[in-house]
Amino acid sequence: MSKRIETNDLDVYYGDFKAVEGVTIDIEPRSVTAFIGPSGCGKSTVLRTLNRMHEVISGAWVDGEVLLDGANLYAPGVDPVNVRRQIGMVFQRPNPFPTMSIRENVLAGVLLNNRRMSRSDQDDLVERSLRGANLWNEVKDRLNLPGSGLSGGQQQRLCIARAIAVSPEVLLMDEPCSALDPISTLAIEDLIEELKQEYTIVIVTHNMQQASRVSDRTAFFNIAGTGKPGKLIEYDDTTTMFSTPKVQATEDYVSGRFG
Amino acid sequence: MTTAVQPVAKQRLADVVFKTVSTTAGVLILIALAGVAIFLVAQAVPAIIGPLPGIDGGFFAWVWPLTFGTIWSAFLAMVMAVPVAVGIALFITHFAPRRLAQGLGYVVDLLAAIPSVIYGLWGITVLAPFMQPAYTWLTQNLGWLPLFAPPASGTGRTILTASIVLAVMVLPIITALCREIFLQTPRLNEEAALALGATRWEMIQMAVLPHGRSGIIASSILGLGRALGETMAVAMVLSSSGIISFALTAQQNPSTIAANIALRFPEAHGITVNMLIGSGLVLFAITLLVNGISRWIIARTTVKGGR
Repeated sequence: MSKRIETNDLDVYYGDFKAVEGVTIDIEPRSVTAFIGPSGCGKSTVLRTLNRMHEVISGAWVDGEVLLDGANLYAPGVDPVNVRRQIGMVFQRPNPFPTMSIRENVLAGVLLNNRRMSRSDQDDLVERSLRGANLWNEVKDRLNLPGSGLSGGQQQRLCIARAIAVSPEVLLMDEPCSALDPISTLAIEDLIEELKQEYTIVIVTHNMQQASRVSDRTAFFNIAGTGKPGKLIEYDDTTTMFSTPKVQATEDYVSGRFG
Repeated sequence: MTTAVQPVAKQRLADVVFKTVSTTAGVLILIALAGVAIFLVAQAVPAIIGPLPGIDGGFFAWVWPLTFGTIWSAFLAMVMAVPVAVGIALFITHFAPRRLAQGLGYVVDLLAAIPSVIYGLWGITVLAPFMQPAYTWLTQNLGWLPLFAPPASGTGRTILTASIVLAVMVLPIITALCREIFLQTPRLNEEAALALGATRWEMIQMAVLPHGRSGIIASSILGLGRALGETMAVAMVLSSSGIISFALTAQQNPSTIAANIALRFPEAHGITVNMLIGSGLVLFAITLLVNGISRWIIARTTVKGGR
């Protein structure tokens, strides 16, 4: 249920503009990898290329390879829709479907593939996914109420439940806690720790404490200046990255000496 | 003990002037509406209560076939126009390349600028002769359906032709409003659907249409208002005989209130004028009712706490 992701010399372009250059990274299954770096350095862009979500922006394209257990996601004939069914994503701001109930939100992705699911299977899946997202006890009595009535942290956990309901191989998280209060953030971080038993997780974060708390490996991205492409500067075990990084820029950034 | 004095806000000249102007504008629209309503009621009363020369059953027996024709033709127009308008709006907002989308949006807006007399001319000279062979075929092969009961119209100036013209006329209103609403779909919701592995059409079903539902209803009602009240195009296209019939392609067709007023008013005098104004009052009431129903539907379908 969990696969390895590798990128080989990945360049990402928006039209003619090269946003990210030469990213080669190897992400282990059943681990948490954090992407850190200043705003605009391309870490979210790289994250979105891992399930081809960057293609939603017109003009975005990629040069290089992204391998999911050795299979290139950008090989000709690969359907981005199928890629996204294997690689789930959680966004910066909680985005449950506003007109759907909590239950419908959890089932939204599954029913795309399998419309003839029996009622009892649906009930099981809803409970399993919501338990997996540590939300079951809070919402079990109001599964048929709108998901938008929940608090921000609960909504984000609902989105995680929705993403894991389709049993993805990989879970991508784009700053999942940046719109949440510290208590909700802690709940999500605990959840990431549990989800790592089953999924490969990649998380973009601006919060360095968060990166050091939740991740096994950390990748630091940086940008030389405006209009220049972002680059992967250093990628290593999180403990190494935060104690004895090899590159000066990484040390400056993690210790806060960087603008 | 001191008494607290509420501080008096400073009156600025610009604020006072603007407040007066905007209040006047708001009151004026109410006065205009009330004026029209009073005029309609006052002029309609003699026809509603009084005996009508040469008409059996009184005012409501006379106005009912016209009311039926009005609602039936507007309904047919909506059945044709709403799916097409939603389709065009979706194409412009989510499928077309940007340059094509702009051009297409401009063309659709242009449709709204064409005077209804032109639509009437087009309906008589182009659409009716073009559709006539199809009507003959329909009555011959599907004549057992009440909708296509024979005999077929020899001119093609049937209620179906009039409804097609109406549909083309209301299309730009509905399309333009739906397009605006679809464009406002939160990007977050669209991305949520795509990230779950939705195809573009599935994304539209999951995110765009639920978001736009009340807007589609509201824009359809605006279009329906125009279809109900449209006068000139229907008066020109429709060859009417004032019957009640669901047949779409027949020689004899129901008339509509607005077209009937336009055709008969020049020769009307005495109580006939009151009858026509009375039918106008009925049209006014239908339109108010339609607007009320649409508000009710929008209020009901908006999810609590949603958006």
